[in-house]
Amino acid sequence: MSTRLFRFVSTDRRVREDRRFVVGKGRFAADIVAAGTRHVALVTCPHPAARILAIDKAEALAMPGVHYVLDGRELAAATQPLLAGLDTPKVPRRPLAVDVARYAGEWVAAVVAETRALAEDAAELVRVDYQPLPFVLDGEAAYAPGSPIVHADHGSNVLLDRTFVWGEVEKDFAASPHRLSLRLKWGRSSTVPIETFAVLASWDPWREILDVYASVQMPRFPDQVALALKLPGSSVRVYNDVDVGGSYGVKRGIKHAVLVGYLSRRLGFPVRLVEDRLENMRAGDGHGPERNFDIEVAFDESGLIRAMKMRALDNVGAYAGRSPFQLGKPIGAIVGPYRIQSVQYRAIAVTSNKTVQEAVRAFGQSPTNYAIERAIEEVARHRGLDRLEVRRRNLIRADEFPYLIPSGTTYDSGDYHAVVDKVVARADYAALVAERERLRTQGLLAGIGMAACLEPSGANSTFEPLLNPKNETTTYTDSCRINVDVSGAVTATIHTLSAGQGHETLVGTVIGEVLEIDPDRIRVVRPDSLASLPSQSPVGSRMAIMLGGAAFHAAHKLKARLLAIGAHDLKIPPERATYGAGDVFDRVAPPNRRSWAELVTIAHRNFHRLPPDTEPGLAFTHVMQVPSGGQLPTADGRVQMYPCFAFEFHLLLMAIDPDLGKAEIKRYVVGHDCGTVINPKIVRGMTMGGIAHGIGAALYEEFAYDAQGQLVAQSLMDYLLPSAHEVPPVDIIHHVTPSPHTVFGQKGSGESGYLGAPAAIASAVNDAVRPLGIVVNSLPIKMAQLADMIAAVRDKSDAVKEPE
Amino acid sequence: MRVELTVNGEARTVEVEPRMSLLDCLRERLLLTGAHAGCEHGVCGACTVLIDGVPARSCLMFAVQADGYAITTIEGVAPGPGELSPIQDAFCETHGMQCGYCTPAMILTAHALLADNPAPTRADIVDAISANICRCTGYAQIVEAIALAAERMRGLNQPVREP
Amino acid sequence: MLAASDDARIIAGGQTLVPLMAMRLARPKRLIDIARIPDLAFVRHERDGIAIGATTRQCVLERDAIVRDAVPLLARVMPFVGHAAIRSRGTVGGSLANADPAAEIALVAVTLGATLIYRQGAASAEIAASDFFIGPMMTALPATACLTAVRFPRWREARIGVGFHEVSARRSDFAFASAAAQVALDDSGVCRRLALGIGAVAACPLRLDSVATTLEGTRVELPVAREAVRAALADIEPLSDLHASADYRRRAAASLAMRAITDACRAAEATHAR
Repeated sequence: MSTRLFRFVSTDRRVREDRRFVVGKGRFAADIVAAGTRHVALVTCPHPAARILAIDKAEALAMPGVHYVLDGRELAAATQPLLAGLDTPKVPRRPLAVDVARYAGEWVAAVVAETRALAEDAAELVRVDYQPLPFVLDGEAAYAPGSPIVHADHGSNVLLDRTFVWGEVEKDFAASPHRLSLRLKWGRSSTVPIETFAVLASWDPWREILDVYASVQMPRFPDQVALALKLPGSSVRVYNDVDVGGSYGVKRGIKHAVLVGYLSRRLGFPVRLVEDRLENMRAGDGHGPERNFDIEVAFDESGLIRAMKMRALDNVGAYAGRSPFQLGKPIGAIVGPYRIQSVQYRAIAVTSNKTVQEAVRAFGQSPTNYAIERAIEEVARHRGLDRLEVRRRNLIRADEFPYLIPSGTTYDSGDYHAVVDKVVARADYAALVAERERLRTQGLLAGIGMAACLEPSGANSTFEPLLNPKNETTTYTDSCRINVDVSGAVTATIHTLSAGQGHETLVGTVIGEVLEIDPDRIRVVRPDSLASLPSQSPVGSRMAIMLGGAAFHAAHKLKARLLAIGAHDLKIPPERATYGAGDVFDRVAPPNRRSWAELVTIAHRNFHRLPPDTEPGLAFTHVMQVPSGGQLPTADGRVQMYPCFAFEFHLLLMAIDPDLGKAEIKRYVVGHDCGTVINPKIVRGMTMGGIAHGIGAALYEEFAYDAQGQLVAQSLMDYLLPSAHEVPPVDIIHHVTPSPHTVFGQKGSGESGYLGAPAAIASAVNDAVRPLGIVVNSLPIKMAQLADMIAAVRDKSDAVKEPE
Repeated sequence: MRVELTVNGEARTVEVEPRMSLLDCLRERLLLTGAHAGCEHGVCGACTVLIDGVPARSCLMFAVQADGYAITTIEGVAPGPGELSPIQDAFCETHGMQCGYCTPAMILTAHALLADNPAPTRADIVDAISANICRCTGYAQIVEAIALAAERMRGLNQPVREP
Repeated sequence: MLAASDDARIIAGGQTLVPLMAMRLARPKRLIDIARIPDLAFVRHERDGIAIGATTRQCVLERDAIVRDAVPLLARVMPFVGHAAIRSRGTVGGSLANADPAAEIALVAVTLGATLIYRQGAASAEIAASDFFIGPMMTALPATACLTAVRFPRWREARIGVGFHEVSARRSDFAFASAAAQVALDDSGVCRRLALGIGAVAACPLRLDSVATTLEGTRVELPVAREAVRAALADIEPLSDLHASADYRRRAAASLAMRAITDACRAAEATHAR
């Protein structure tokens, strides 16, 4: 496919949002000041499961400066439960526990005081009587019969247990000469943004509007807040111009917003909750997938995988919002980039007495990629073949696109082999192999890691009807409005919050490209939710496709109007009217033209010169649906999941100190194909950030619990986020296979890097320790534990050697 | 308690509880919201300010301890309204940020580094920013911003502070 | 002041106390800020070594020429103490009084046999470093006392080398194990004196005297050193936590000790007799 030449798209433009951040003028939720604001601190349950017998607020209320103590019963009486994704009415979720607390740290009461410090002081004086209950922490234990049940009325811990069979799985297994199976564990980690969740809510009883300033990344946020608070949708006004200090999926913030929204209405002043780090880690409800995979593959002599069976069990914690859908989204790329012909997939979501899980970057795709990549590596080992070669044999070929996978999704475009070739060349694979040998002769363990995987992008939410047939949501939109004012200035809108993805720059670039004018001339603003068009927020790597698409189409509508006005005023047939950098001219007589300023004036002020039946002004909106349309799944669960598929291939060399277990990445090369890149600086930043995040998930980060159900990694002292020391330089190579579905051929890239880094690192570690007979099938791979495994092998071999 | 702080060259008098951190004082009393709370236990570095030109975690200082120092926050870095310092501009050139939450801390840390070491190696830069956690960028474009700023500033005869 | 109030604590750099207060694990009603008492911040020569005032900022030690010259082992470990932003505020006394088992300054103090000086009311007292640290985050400092200084001895031998290694998950985290070594060789390369300390492994830093006894007076040979280290570590009870098992700490300590000894010997060999 040819690459188009663009004027602004794909050029190395600055990201305009950066200007406000470098001078400290970001507008984060905790920066918003409202007169009369009071502050919330939480009273938390110390037990992993407990009945709440009594809450004594007297001492707390007697403290000067304390206004109110809210408990779960009062809040529940006044609000609806938070929306769940699955059809699980007996698993209600509320901001404050009602009668039963289900994880250590769960919020039981909220104290409102003059200052946050006073609220914390008073929270310590709230006396809660608990009756501890039996609890369960492990996912498999929660699934097994006889386990303590987290929600008694639901009858079990199983929220979802559904098996899909796509293709002739049993036949394909029977016909294959080889098979192998693996059990893998993806440990509980998450995105852990540096800014915790923060929300300020202020109820105006005369206008009957609840103003909400929140650090969120949440589809349907205003709508869900309104539903919970039993308010009409038009009574909740969410400010989209709040800057979000990182989210990468988790900042759903519903329980926080409902809590302060209720308090503001009840108490008559603005109420603010800014989670401290402990509240955030224990009960912000932002943990990530904790998944066991049982994966079985059937393959032939040459390592070609014909069929796969995968069982994925995810421990979603004590309640569930959308998180079980993280088992559904990967169905849209269930075979990864490989030509696997039939698949059986069993998705199980269970509750346990752990913190609640939320959407994490790529919504379950990264753990799934890890599982697929471990399997293909074992296939290569089983056949005694090179791991790179086996991948090459299995990868979908460029001439096979568009490619329909067994679960009903069609991959739009790609050239996976070209990307792999580029990476192999840049890294000089032979030299990497030689370097690995050299490190080994020095006494180190050394391994080459690789991972090939997809980034589904352009999100829709067809996993909703797929896993919950009562939910027929097939619409997934985004939108943009462009207005050219009477002075000729162009202003465009974004209808959601952003967390650093550069959406303003994206919109300016796209509109500038269409209108052939400098993108920096285009003002981009964010109206509040009442003045906004439908948007589903930046999830699922969708905004380049959807917001970019909406801006593109709105700009084309504007351009078409300018051409119509110009043709009419120039008295030429429409087919001769030509647009050029804001002017409209006669193709056969170019000096015959109307300038941008003239066209704008006609539109705004000279009604008599407009073509008949033309609206005055120059305001255009576009609300668009996902490019692949919207269909409900078939009876056997086949459906087009996301529309566009980016591809990445990771290759790295790692050395491990055998005594200390300490891993060092010596070389890291990534090939990335996300179609047309709208802004290279933004895409590179996303990929690097994703790789850093993936390094954390693979080697450092874990929400570990002790046997008493307490979260051990409660602060950033124990939950280890990679610093600049832990992220090596990475060579990112680009390849462009445009998507046929999008306006510029762009695919999403918001989840890039994170999708493949954990799999690639696991691959490197296993390559390094394989000579010792060690296999590592879980993440994170922590230094000391790896060293213990190595030592155990060496002790055994020493013991064998000793009698000499 | 009343305490007089010198912030970005200006004398500011504030009335604070003894237990109020310097971070909270800057943000709430002085409305200098560029310093951010990320953990409030001294790990993430988002609260970094310069104390006599040296990076320090403002969440680990009490406001009442902070008198007598020259405190620099991000608001004191730009040369004038609408202008950017060479370091701020370099961060924009390389896109050394995404969400912007750790950015003021990174920029102040960069200022201190380059005042002390005008020609830092990549390792020097990584070391200097290793106390500031960024969750968005993976650090690559931040390191490039600081290297670019160093290169540009060396051409500008910037004064070097004696170690 | 300390004696007068039950609920008072000293604050100097605040880098360890304030996080505890933020998490409400430490709850003093009063804080006594000693950071700016000028008499407590100094680095000076003393008869057999150097004395460092308790409120001397850690970053000062990083750059101080007296420290570098007289106690090279201390200079060697300073870059490993937290981050630069921590060292800009944190103090020597604060680190010693905090007594984290992984603290580098404490390790050097125990390894070299430093002496800590404190004031209680009007009286001054001294205590050897190895007696000062009695458990994780626990010292023999009386509740109403305040550290005022620490004295590090200076080795007079001509050919001295130091080595320090630690291992942690991320570069600047608290170590899981650390080892500090100082070695003096005579002109013919025989080890005249050796000090080896292990940190982060046990409740307090440990000086492995048996290793010194074995190696002093000999040409240090690695297999001999390795066995001496192994024997010395066989009897200790390492800490175990979410980050690392006891077994890991023991093995890592042995490995790091060997690296520290090797580095120290190499550095000493590279110097020439005066």
